[in-house]
Amino acid sequence: MSTVRKPAGSGAVLTVGIALGAVVMVAPFVWLVIATTHTTADIFATPPNLLPGSAFWDNLRGLFVEQGFGAAIRNSVVVSTTSTVLGVLICSMAGYAFAKFSFRGRTVIFGAILASMTLPSQVTLVPLFQTMVTLGWLNTYPALILPNLAVPFGIFLMRQSMLSVPDELIQAARIDGAGELRVFFRIVLPVMKPALSALAIFLFLGQWNDFVYPLTVLRTKDAYTIPVALASLQGISSTDYGQLLTGTFLSVVPVLALFLFLQRQFVAGLLAGSVKQ
Amino acid sequence: MTSTTHPAPRRRLRNRATPLLFLSPVIVLFLAFKAYPVGYALYLSLTTREHGDEVFVGLRNFQRVFTDPLFWTAFRNTAVILVVQVPVMLGLAILLAVAFNSKMLRGRSMFRVAYFVPIVMGLIAYGILFSALLNRDNGILNFLLTSVGLPRISWLGDPFWARMSIVLSLTWHYLGYNAVIYLAQLQSISQELYEAAAVDGASRRQQFRHVTLPGLRPAIVLTVALSTIGTLQLFEEPYVLTNGGPDNATLTIGMYLYQNAFQYFDFGYASAIGYVLTAIVVVLTLGQLLVTRRRSQ
Repeated sequence: MSTVRKPAGSGAVLTVGIALGAVVMVAPFVWLVIATTHTTADIFATPPNLLPGSAFWDNLRGLFVEQGFGAAIRNSVVVSTTSTVLGVLICSMAGYAFAKFSFRGRTVIFGAILASMTLPSQVTLVPLFQTMVTLGWLNTYPALILPNLAVPFGIFLMRQSMLSVPDELIQAARIDGAGELRVFFRIVLPVMKPALSALAIFLFLGQWNDFVYPLTVLRTKDAYTIPVALASLQGISSTDYGQLLTGTFLSVVPVLALFLFLQRQFVAGLLAGSVKQ
Repeated sequence: MTSTTHPAPRRRLRNRATPLLFLSPVIVLFLAFKAYPVGYALYLSLTTREHGDEVFVGLRNFQRVFTDPLFWTAFRNTAVILVVQVPVMLGLAILLAVAFNSKMLRGRSMFRVAYFVPIVMGLIAYGILFSALLNRDNGILNFLLTSVGLPRISWLGDPFWARMSIVLSLTWHYLGYNAVIYLAQLQSISQELYEAAAVDGASRRQQFRHVTLPGLRPAIVLTVALSTIGTLQLFEEPYVLTNGGPDNATLTIGMYLYQNAFQYFDFGYASAIGYVLTAIVVVLTLGQLLVTRRRSQ
């Protein structure tokens, strides 16, 4: 019902402008997909090859057979799914305690967890490395998983969401004789599904893409996660860009699939990181 | 708690134990992998390693940070990237959000996916992708430049352009994400405000200045803070794009910390850098908070 004049062509101009920008945003992806089908020489040919080539299977074979990328994929899948499942469980339990119980030290503990969100992760890099050395956990899954479970932001998000669960629902279940664990798993968690899936995506992305910390505690090639493996492929003197970009593409596929199929939850999970206020 | 009719002792004990039961994994993990490392880093920052032993040196590591030209180079690099990248990206993101919010735009949901999809890529993945796109001799970006008659740019080999490459990459990666934050805020601005402004004869531009921008304030404050904190901790992009070069032009504080810790194994000095970085983050965050609070009063 706007009373402002709308010049006839401005809708078209706007749409064309946005479309051009969209092409710029998507072009690197398209280029990446095409690059996975070329050898290094063809990737950097002049003029550029804009049509798919035939080197995809060679790139793939080189990546898995020569570079052992399969191990990196396995490590990333195991570590990311494990820490997502455990992280969701642990953060939601803590959120439940903070939102629905009053106990001594609640404010102090919650405050300490909130305050730790302002710490740059680089501060704990050295002590965590030394801890893992002492524990003999270099190159292990626990070293990657355990420090990434009690995510302060996840706890905060869960507490906020749990506040909206009606107390009556919990009381009613208790009166019906349900134990505390049963109340939590059977009554509270099911009504929290949207928040839980947002948290799961948030945690999965964080672990799947984590780089600096894994770089410090993973010292052998067979323990590398995908980002560490990719960076090491780039580091070698004559980088095979065919293999490297194929690996890069493979690392994006699961996340891209997650995004395209669960768009709403995905955006919620990512934006979850933006509701710190 | 004084009620006599209410819970039997056992029940009361259970009530008190329940929240701790739910909280215990977080408490254990938080103490072990957050509180302890933070405290230990503080201790390390006051020590140095001599003949394999940690020696207490007081504040000497911190003095060294403040007089270390390389640290200041890293600080300046980060500041330059911050000052150029954040306003450009957030400005574009606001325009994009306004466009997405416009009823005149066709194919909105498709475009939204296109702009949001870069954030799907991990930092290392998109860094590697851009290192190929920005290749000096044979990268596609330079091919496009030369094909319209512009000179080739040494994107990753020239100090100025290396920084701009990082600015460019960051903007590509985070633009849609910020636009979606703004879009959510825009949709919460009451349509009546626009109608009232239109009745008062405000032009489109005036509506943007006096209705849209003030309405976006909370989102702007948030995104400025998020981008600032994120840029201060920049690591992955320079690591894969330029490895801090050329000539330390893209060395960031995070990279310098990493180099000291894991290339020179100077854990004390690296920890001191970590605490200085923390102080910078805290000061800037509090400063932004104060400025925005004063303005809104």
